[in-house]
Amino acid sequence: MPPESGTPAAPDVEAVAEQVFVALADPSRRNILAALAAGGPATATDLANRLPITRQAIAKHLTLLSDAGLVTAEHGERRRVRFRLQSAPMQVAQQFLAALARDWDTDLDALRKHLDT
Amino acid sequence: MGFPDRIERVLDLAHPPEKVWAALTTAEGLGTWFGNEATIDLRPGGVARLSWNSGDTAELTLERVEEPTVFAYTWRISGLPADDPRRTYVEFTLEPTGTGTRLTVVESGFAQLPQEAHDQAFGGNTTGWANELGELVEYLDAS
Repeated sequence: MPPESGTPAAPDVEAVAEQVFVALADPSRRNILAALAAGGPATATDLANRLPITRQAIAKHLTLLSDAGLVTAEHGERRRVRFRLQSAPMQVAQQFLAALARDWDTDLDALRKHLDT
Repeated sequence: MGFPDRIERVLDLAHPPEKVWAALTTAEGLGTWFGNEATIDLRPGGVARLSWNSGDTAELTLERVEEPTVFAYTWRISGLPADDPRRTYVEFTLEPTGTGTRLTVVESGFAQLPQEAHDQAFGGNTTGWANELGELVEYLDAS
């Protein structure tokens, strides 16, 4: 039996967040995700026309993003495959950032000052 | 684990619990050190509202009001979209010490996932704009 974890959901959450941050660490992948967020689903060819990235590199990045669950492939007419952004993993990563951005230290310094005056 | 579910701070304050309690639970106190203005309905289930000069606001739903030892509330996770249902739980615990008060602040729930987001993130149904636009198309087609 595996050892019990204190917070069962945490490892999954962490794995999802990590995939998001790995994806966002690369400027080309940021461009691809930004293009899908701004313009909606697009084919690899659409993206190659819009971004300063080669068709081959786009295909490679889309495979990684798809494996990570950050985009999904949709098979349309005439064998065109469109890629759609998946927002759920981004929402998980946002929570990680929210925990880091929560600034109790500044608030509690203010509380201490308030009590001292 | 790398994902912080819980933030905890402990402060030793040179003031009695009654004075710390007032800073945490009155509109005057909260509106001075926490927000720039505050209102509070001090009872479990009551609401406290904080606002800042920046235009930011926060609404606290009070969970525990046990003078002068425990004050706790839930609030939205700052930084997430306004329609995100997730909330964190914040608990202040006051313990008298020889020279004042030991104040412990715990905020927990950052790693929680509502079922819907869990399904989406871990391979369940995909929802969101795709579905909503699909429903609009169906609605228009039907009429």
